[in-house]
Amino acid sequence: MRKVKEFIVEKLILICGLACIFFVVLIFLFLLKEGLAVFKIVSPLQFLSGKSWYPISEPPQLGILPLILGSLFVTVGAAIISIPIGVACAIYIAEVAPKKIKEILKAGIELLAAIPSVVLGFIGMVTLVPWVKSIFHLPTGLTALSGSIMLAFMAMPTIVSIAEDALYSVPKNYKEGALALGATEWQTIWRVLLPAASSGILAAVMLGIGRVIGETMAVMMITGNAAVIPSSILQPVRTLTATIAAEMGEAVVGGEHYFALFAIGIVLFVISFAINVSADLFLHRSK
Amino acid sequence: MRLNPYKTQKIAFFFLFLATLLIVVPVGLIVVIIIQKGLPAINWQFLSDIPRQGMRAGGIFPAIVGTIYLVLGAIIFALPIGVLAAIYLSEYSKENILTRVIRLAIVNLAGVPSVVYGLFGLALFVVFFKFGASILSGSLTLGIMILPIIITTSREALESVPQSFREVSLSLGASKWQTIRHIVLPNAIPGILTGTILGLGRAAGETAPILFTVAAFYLPLLPKSIFDQAMALPYHLYVISTQVPNVDEKIRYGTALVLLTLVLFMNLVAIIIRYKFRKRKKW
Amino acid sequence: MNKFNVNNLNIWFGKAHALKEVRFEVEANQILTIIGPSNSGKTSFLRQLNRLNELQPSFSMTGTVLFDGKDLNSLDVELVRKKIGMVFALPLPLPLSVFDNVAYGVKMHGKKNRKEAESIVEDSLKKASLWDEVKDRLRESAFKLSGGQQQRLCIARSLAVGPDVVLFDEPCSGLDPISTAKVEESMLMLKKDYTIVLVTNNVKQAARVGDKTAFFLSGELIELDNTDKVFTAPQDKRTDEYIRGKFG
Repeated sequence: MRKVKEFIVEKLILICGLACIFFVVLIFLFLLKEGLAVFKIVSPLQFLSGKSWYPISEPPQLGILPLILGSLFVTVGAAIISIPIGVACAIYIAEVAPKKIKEILKAGIELLAAIPSVVLGFIGMVTLVPWVKSIFHLPTGLTALSGSIMLAFMAMPTIVSIAEDALYSVPKNYKEGALALGATEWQTIWRVLLPAASSGILAAVMLGIGRVIGETMAVMMITGNAAVIPSSILQPVRTLTATIAAEMGEAVVGGEHYFALFAIGIVLFVISFAINVSADLFLHRSK
Repeated sequence: MRLNPYKTQKIAFFFLFLATLLIVVPVGLIVVIIIQKGLPAINWQFLSDIPRQGMRAGGIFPAIVGTIYLVLGAIIFALPIGVLAAIYLSEYSKENILTRVIRLAIVNLAGVPSVVYGLFGLALFVVFFKFGASILSGSLTLGIMILPIIITTSREALESVPQSFREVSLSLGASKWQTIRHIVLPNAIPGILTGTILGLGRAAGETAPILFTVAAFYLPLLPKSIFDQAMALPYHLYVISTQVPNVDEKIRYGTALVLLTLVLFMNLVAIIIRYKFRKRKKW
Repeated sequence: MNKFNVNNLNIWFGKAHALKEVRFEVEANQILTIIGPSNSGKTSFLRQLNRLNELQPSFSMTGTVLFDGKDLNSLDVELVRKKIGMVFALPLPLPLSVFDNVAYGVKMHGKKNRKEAESIVEDSLKKASLWDEVKDRLRESAFKLSGGQQQRLCIARSLAVGPDVVLFDEPCSGLDPISTAKVEESMLMLKKDYTIVLVTNNVKQAARVGDKTAFFLSGELIELDNTDKVFTAPQDKRTDEYIRGKFG
């Protein structure tokens, strides 16, 4: 009797372990199920490279190039801001800060990670957006730049915590060896620790960027959402994620617009899958 | 001119410090601003009344209730699956391809953009299972989203239970499941609790996954069953910030404050449990 | 009849050949001590007797271990471990009270009622010469006991499930001489009811408590004989050298 019960419990545990794989596959399948239909109207190439996104015109124009470029602008901007600052902060926390301050800083970073993105979007709207508008004398502060700054900020917890882990897990004797040879702490960090932790830091950067590409609410609230091909970071843009979030409410289930939004979902899923798998490879290599 | 190494170090450390300030100071400012501007809006009426005058007055009670329902639903779904999956990974899995694939799947679940979860929830629960836009659909979507958080923290908690305890229990003739049930699991509870609360906090704050699966723009009634739509705090904040013109700033900040407090409170509880547990650990 | 008959036992952990062609007998109601330098395979051998080795994923074996004439691997593993208890090198109380530590195995083997459990706990603690020291502290955490008390608690915990054999894996390596003496005393008392196999790296301990002594070196059994004989007239030169402290 006990054996039977345990057999059942153990099978249940196995099923739950497999559930993770099941859910990932399920997500992908349902995105495909609803999204692939759009390719009856446009070819995949047209979809990805079409320059105009007018999903409700007649006939609908379903080219997501402006959206891809919107995501790209915002992401590149965020990466340029967040990578140096995030890695620098990780170095400071891992190697420079005294122990007590270290704990406070880590708590601060965790706090940032916990703030809901809609709250950050709201704060961005009421503070950052007016600043950008007045500093650059723009008609609107809802621009790619505002989005980049906000997203850079949101990518920080990911970059800082993973990069800090990578620095921390460099064997202590590397550092001691360098210091014993008379190198200063900074020389040790720059010449020994950073190269040794490089694949972990690379993973941190990739996961940070993954976070940026997938971010939805804050970006929708502060980038202005104009679905045109952007020519400057001081213009409004519309990202892939914001397009889905903003338009799905109006799309008719089973309509072309609906299919197109799911197809955008496929693109996002594939991007995040690629980023996560390769970041995981880098993380494993560093261990 | 060549700088001497100590001067270089000073300059470098100064920039590292500056970068850190650039992150930490805005975090502090954000929290302070929200508290300062939101606090005047908070009173009993704001917390207990329905929104009135097109959400330009009144309270946010239905949104609070909706969020609580969603979060509870998500945890009821995700906790058992998450803990059992964590047990599988920590106690049963061997170093093989299957385990590697499961880990990769968890990493990917954690990395899927939140709006894609929204799409998935819409396609599977709302349309395919015909649950409609409902608390059930929203909870299940959020539940799958927080699964990786629960699995990862629970697994860490399980793995931190010393191997020797398992060996002792097995050497006394206890079965593997008895060992897990009576020795490993009880000692991992604080860690599992931490993960659960972090998951709750995440579920409470997310907007994109509930956009198309449950969230109601304006619904002054409380939901009666899990098949009803509901308002939710994060979506409500989005709506009054961007969709409804001329909402008093006080109400926006007040809503942001309530949401932030809810989420940070849960994180704080999780941190306290983790801290106490570390101090109390006997091995 | 012998308690254990070990025939041509080979054990590998991955590629490491931990035990080589070991043939061995253990008689009932005796203390058999196993000595040898570290990495000689003595602990792997001991852990094979209650099948703890198979918890390592890299483990593989050939040969047979007969327990009361039956192949150990053909028996139910939980029954094997119930019949053959184990006391580890370090005191390893479970994170439970003193009482629950001893009662744990009893509970796992079926729903004994409270009264029965209480009498088993008392009995086992008495056998491990610990009862008088802890009878007023049964509800306290087992971690509050001293190291020596914890180790005797572990002995009591093994006895509570009703084994035939108790395996000791260097049980005194973390203990001071006084606690060691107490543990040895309980082992000598136990041998009338139980068969005991003791792995030790303390040659003098083997001489003090062993009826028979086996010497392992590099995964091979070099010598197995009456303790007196092994210590006074060893057959193999290497045994002699080890006992006299030339290596190990």
